[in-house]
Amino acid sequence: MNSLADKTASELSELYKKNSCTQKEILDSLTQAIHSKDGKLNAYVKFEQTRPIHRKPPATKARHQNIGGQASADGDLRSPLWGVPIAIKDNICVEGQEASCASKILQNYIAPYNATVIEKLLDAGAVIFGRTNMDEFAFGSSCETSFYGPAKNPWDLARVPGGSSGGSAASVASRTAIAALGSDTGGSIRQPAALCGIVGLKPTYGRVSRYGLIAFASSLDQIGPMTRDVRDSALLLNVIAGYDPKDSTSADVPVPDYTSFLGQSIKGMKIGMPKEYFKEGLSKEVGEAIKSAVKKLEGLGAVVSEVSLPHTEHAVNVYYIVAPSEASSNLARFDGVRFGYRNKSAQTLKEMYEKSRGDGFGAEAKRRIILGTFALSSGYYDAYYLKAMKVRTKIKSDFDEAFKKVDVLLTPTAPSPAFKIGEKTEDPLQMYLSDIYTISANLAGVPAISIPCGFSKNNLPIGLQFLAKPFDEGTLFKVSHAFEQATEFHKQKPEEPSS
Amino acid sequence: MSEFNLKHIASLARLHFEEKDLKVFESQVAGILKFVDELRKVNVDGVEPTSHPLPLTNVFREDEIKPSLNVEEFQKNSPQVRGRFFEVPKVIEDKS
Repeated sequence: MNSLADKTASELSELYKKNSCTQKEILDSLTQAIHSKDGKLNAYVKFEQTRPIHRKPPATKARHQNIGGQASADGDLRSPLWGVPIAIKDNICVEGQEASCASKILQNYIAPYNATVIEKLLDAGAVIFGRTNMDEFAFGSSCETSFYGPAKNPWDLARVPGGSSGGSAASVASRTAIAALGSDTGGSIRQPAALCGIVGLKPTYGRVSRYGLIAFASSLDQIGPMTRDVRDSALLLNVIAGYDPKDSTSADVPVPDYTSFLGQSIKGMKIGMPKEYFKEGLSKEVGEAIKSAVKKLEGLGAVVSEVSLPHTEHAVNVYYIVAPSEASSNLARFDGVRFGYRNKSAQTLKEMYEKSRGDGFGAEAKRRIILGTFALSSGYYDAYYLKAMKVRTKIKSDFDEAFKKVDVLLTPTAPSPAFKIGEKTEDPLQMYLSDIYTISANLAGVPAISIPCGFSKNNLPIGLQFLAKPFDEGTLFKVSHAFEQATEFHKQKPEEPSS
Repeated sequence: MSEFNLKHIASLARLHFEEKDLKVFESQVAGILKFVDELRKVNVDGVEPTSHPLPLTNVFREDEIKPSLNVEEFQKNSPQVRGRFFEVPKVIEDKS
């Protein structure tokens, strides 16, 4: 079966230009795919109650050029994302739609405004189409902490799609979404992209506005595209990137046309492999897939060498102090007073706070709030939070040093292919270690992309990760596209879910 | 981590735990703290802390009045309101 739901955004754009399909046909095709598959995948949240949102395309060329498109030769002023449905992770605010972060505490919370990324997508003519399942407040690597129950991996329904943007990854991989937005605090775009066999980009910190993204860890969070190929990733970043006065941590750095990096030769490109990423803990199958990817890249003319990021082993430790500390502070606003769930039986104000939060947050959210509150509490701040921020400096310096020698770094995205649902839920530490290769990019603020690079013997996707200097997403697209065009992995798709 | 006392931290975080859940949470968090304690081995003498990946300081904007959400719109999400206010259980005791 080859329906419109199987197309990429760039393919749909071509069809539109030729007037070979209508927006209604595309939305119908996706809706049909969701009806037939999502009962098993659980990638969407309350799909039936979520209406698609679309704005009329901009009327002038000047306006058009502001939104990341080039007028085509035939004078078509529509942006490449015009009419393309984009699924949105449940922690990004869309005006009038529920934004629950897959948490009980935000059930029925209707976002009163659009996130900046949503405004930009709507300006570009994209259709906001459905909300995707996630770990509660993005706390997790498997999508199992969702209040709505776990999303499943379309390649094997007994396995996790990864997390926290598991619903976005599962929907894009299963052809129930054309493309999606996710958010990445420690790997939440890249790890599920790897586990589901799609492309996931975490942009440089500050590249994309966080306004309207419900905050998890404010110094680490970034919104990014999750797509079936590298071209779509570039098209989406073209639209969502850029300075936003509403987010004081967004960077006032020019946005290039990222599609201009596609199709370029990588002859002579210097690729570094940090030796610390290839030690114990890496599964044999992933190691072998990376090895053959390296051969492929060398065949394309890249020069691959070993480099060192000496503080890599401390990244997970630093992250599980910094991220929960910031989370405990960000989640203080959920207190049952202004919005969200309230325990109505409480007699005093303190009891109302405690019971609303106690009822409203799931177990992983509670663990992180406790960890963060402890790390920031009087008497422990220096030993935990301050210490972690200093080691963070060292991790960041490692990258600065490495990028003096090479253009891009190559690592595995996740230590193993998708694990079984329930396999790691009893042991939070084991779950945390599934982000071991992705966390450093968030701590250092550098951009990183995961692309498909192979399959395990059980036919589960394997991903590789490229990392680049801050604001050098162009190089990530260049090398990823060259690899993708030389391989067939991104063309594989899972069979219809049957079990 | 013998100093870690879940009840105390839960009170600071305004987070209620059922008595039956305390033990398992306490041991899980203690396990994670033991893991992050590995950082004690790292020498950071003279290293400046990084709180943020971008070198941003004092991001200012003009002090202009701009439209913002109106109260009624916002209150649609509120669990309990009275007029223009959010209503909560009584904070100050009655004098009797």
